[in-house]
Amino acid sequence: MMTPSPVLLEVNGLKAFVESTEILHGIDLGVSRQEVVAFIGPSGCGKSTFLRCLNRLHEETPGGRAEGRVTLEGQDLYASGTDPVQIRRRIGMVFQKPNPFPSMSIFENVASGLRLNRIAKGVELEARVEAALREAALWNEVKDKLDASGMSLSGGQQQRLCIARALAVKPPVLLMDEPTSALDPVSTAKIEELVIQLKKETTILMVTHNMQQAARISDRTAFFLYGDLVEYGPTTKVFTTPSDRRTEEYITGRFG
Amino acid sequence: MIARHWLNRLFISGICLLAMIALVPLFSVLFYVISHGASSLSLEFFSSLPAPVGEIGGGIGHAILGSVVLISMCSLISIPLGLGMGILLSEYSQKPVSRVLGVVVELLSSIPSIVVGLFAYALVVRPFKGFSAHAGAIALSMIMIPLVARTTEEMLKLVPRSVREAGLALGLPKARVIVSIVLKGSLRSLTVGVILAVARIAGETAPLLFTAFASQHWFQGLSEPLASIPVQIYTYAVSPYEDWHAKAWGGALILILMVLGLNLLIRIFLPRRKDG
Amino acid sequence: MKDIPLEKNLVDLFFRRTLYGFAVLAFLLLGGMFAFLIDLGLPAFREVGFGNLMSLEWNPPLKSFGILPFIYGTLVSSLLALAFSTPISVAAALFLTEIAPRRIGSVFGFLVEMLAAIPSVVYGLWGLFVVIPWLRTSVEPFLRKSLGFIPLFSGPIYGVGMLAAGLILAIMITPTITAICKEVFSAVPRPLKEGVLALGSTRSEMLWIGVVSSSRSGILGGMILGLSRALGETMAVTMVIGNTAEISASLFAPHQTMASAVASEVAEATGVHLSALGVVGLVLLLISGCLFLFLRWSLRKGGYSK
Repeated sequence: MMTPSPVLLEVNGLKAFVESTEILHGIDLGVSRQEVVAFIGPSGCGKSTFLRCLNRLHEETPGGRAEGRVTLEGQDLYASGTDPVQIRRRIGMVFQKPNPFPSMSIFENVASGLRLNRIAKGVELEARVEAALREAALWNEVKDKLDASGMSLSGGQQQRLCIARALAVKPPVLLMDEPTSALDPVSTAKIEELVIQLKKETTILMVTHNMQQAARISDRTAFFLYGDLVEYGPTTKVFTTPSDRRTEEYITGRFG
Repeated sequence: MIARHWLNRLFISGICLLAMIALVPLFSVLFYVISHGASSLSLEFFSSLPAPVGEIGGGIGHAILGSVVLISMCSLISIPLGLGMGILLSEYSQKPVSRVLGVVVELLSSIPSIVVGLFAYALVVRPFKGFSAHAGAIALSMIMIPLVARTTEEMLKLVPRSVREAGLALGLPKARVIVSIVLKGSLRSLTVGVILAVARIAGETAPLLFTAFASQHWFQGLSEPLASIPVQIYTYAVSPYEDWHAKAWGGALILILMVLGLNLLIRIFLPRRKDG
Repeated sequence: MKDIPLEKNLVDLFFRRTLYGFAVLAFLLLGGMFAFLIDLGLPAFREVGFGNLMSLEWNPPLKSFGILPFIYGTLVSSLLALAFSTPISVAAALFLTEIAPRRIGSVFGFLVEMLAAIPSVVYGLWGLFVVIPWLRTSVEPFLRKSLGFIPLFSGPIYGVGMLAAGLILAIMITPTITAICKEVFSAVPRPLKEGVLALGSTRSEMLWIGVVSSSRSGILGGMILGLSRALGETMAVTMVIGNTAEISASLFAPHQTMASAVASEVAEATGVHLSALGVVGLVLLLISGCLFLFLRWSLRKGGYSK
């Protein structure tokens, strides 16, 4: 057994490629337990790719490839012989556009990770689905129509359904790739509230295009630019006294 | 300017006229098959063996049964293989095997069906010294497998990548994602693809001529020659007897009802694409 | 938390390997097709020789196995079909994409697709009892009377023969060519059409200059695809072409194609006769293979997807 270190996730020299183009030029970064880290930067700066490297989903995109070291609780995710499937069970992900499984009901969507991975069934499965839906603050809205199709929900509800689906397998880390960019302000507020709640149990890494959102909910902020990590530190510091001129230009809107 | 106006009119009407000519054969075929074939249809026609020339009555029950047997055997072989190849083409499209398979499947589906029949003849009939249902089913499968593979590939590619990523991000093995999420979600469209493939091979005649061959008896085993509706139509059509000609039209009506019926059903009940 | 159950990985591996197995099977089928047809045809090369096979005379009882009459029959009937079908298909595609209102267009498109769903043997039956009597009693006598000085339209009239085969084939490949033309026409950019109209041209000039002329290579692709269908089409042709291994300039004369020769003779053939039919099948396979490769190459070059 390993002694629990304060650093949960550590990234060293992470490079990502699509075909022969280098998209990330060697990123170093550490994330502690029970933190919300926000990733900001202009679009195309590599922040989404960075997130997708952490659960090794980047390699599923055509031509995608990554190298470097990413350790979760001391275990190297990119070591040879590591099964990406195992990693993804411990690092959940929520995507930019809500993507419930179209052929499944609300219940089946949330149960999918547990059921298809044969983690739980029967009464236990039902209990965990309910717990996940409660955690995602969706239970009260859907408890009477668990058999309805996941696609019948509104966009904001669908996104919370996807969050519930990711939470059901209890991952210690949750990646969120611009989870509110497709949603209305009310749904966005609900999801932000949710993120702050979830922090107690789960470490959250969230890409956002919205700087106010980063300032509102994150403990630390990372600023990406053209595939480099320019600045990384406590959110209040990054937003009030950034140490890099480019960060300052970006957050004050003078960039580009 | 007036001449130009009339030229324009003439051209457009010419196009419309030519386009309508394309439909004349369809209506003519349907008209003759229905008008000539309807009189042959009776319970006896569906349920009994052919009567000798000159005798009244008799049917093509043995050929209907034969077609059902052949189509079932062929589906049993082709659906799993075709689905598997379609999955490889769509879900592992980055792999070199998949790329080569794509070309091979297209090539296979472009080979004339008579050549496929000849291959089945050389593969099965010649070494085992006799026409057989096996040979017919293998010949038909060679036609159906690429059909199923190509529609499967097409249908699976309609599933958005985000759905697959959601499954992978949950920590599901890729095989699970494919079977329980991608395939399950496409069940309806895959069924449509398979039914269309069945409709297509139900009318295939050429590859059966010297594989399953023909028979005047009920089904006698998979290693024996087997009658089928299309071959029976051919045999009756090229015979010199009037009452056999009438039976050929009757058989054609059954075939057309089946093939067009399946096509029509699918188009009515299942819209092809979401965007229409 | 750390234990990694390996069996999950094995499931993935097993699944992928199984699919690879299916792919290998497909490769084997294709390879086997060539191998078995070569094996079937080889004795003919050995026993009667290449010269005999490439001669003009097909007469199995006399040990003459010249396949040229079949190649001639296949080529002429297919080209004839192409000549009949192309204008109709282009018009049908224009009607579908540019002229007809949406609803009518979709019904029309559905009906053209149904044309492809009718089994070959039914076309043969219809050809035998509907088209051939019509050709024999009205069309061919008329053609002979008015154009009889051209060798194409001279000679005795049977009804069955090259013209009947060409006509039926034309009907059968119309849906194929129409489908390709439809795709090509709807890919013509709107600004191009509007540009032609803005020059003050009429609608028909726009259709001709803007749509048809700019899609020439696509139409050609459709024609080649139609040709490859026509070359291998068997049943309908076998039923209407007259099954006579002959080379005659007259379109009224009965002929035989490669496919119809195989279809009508294999079941009763033995020995060298069977082997020679194997050669016919092999040649047909090679021709359709070459057309396929050419089509793939030209589509890739032209930038069309399928």
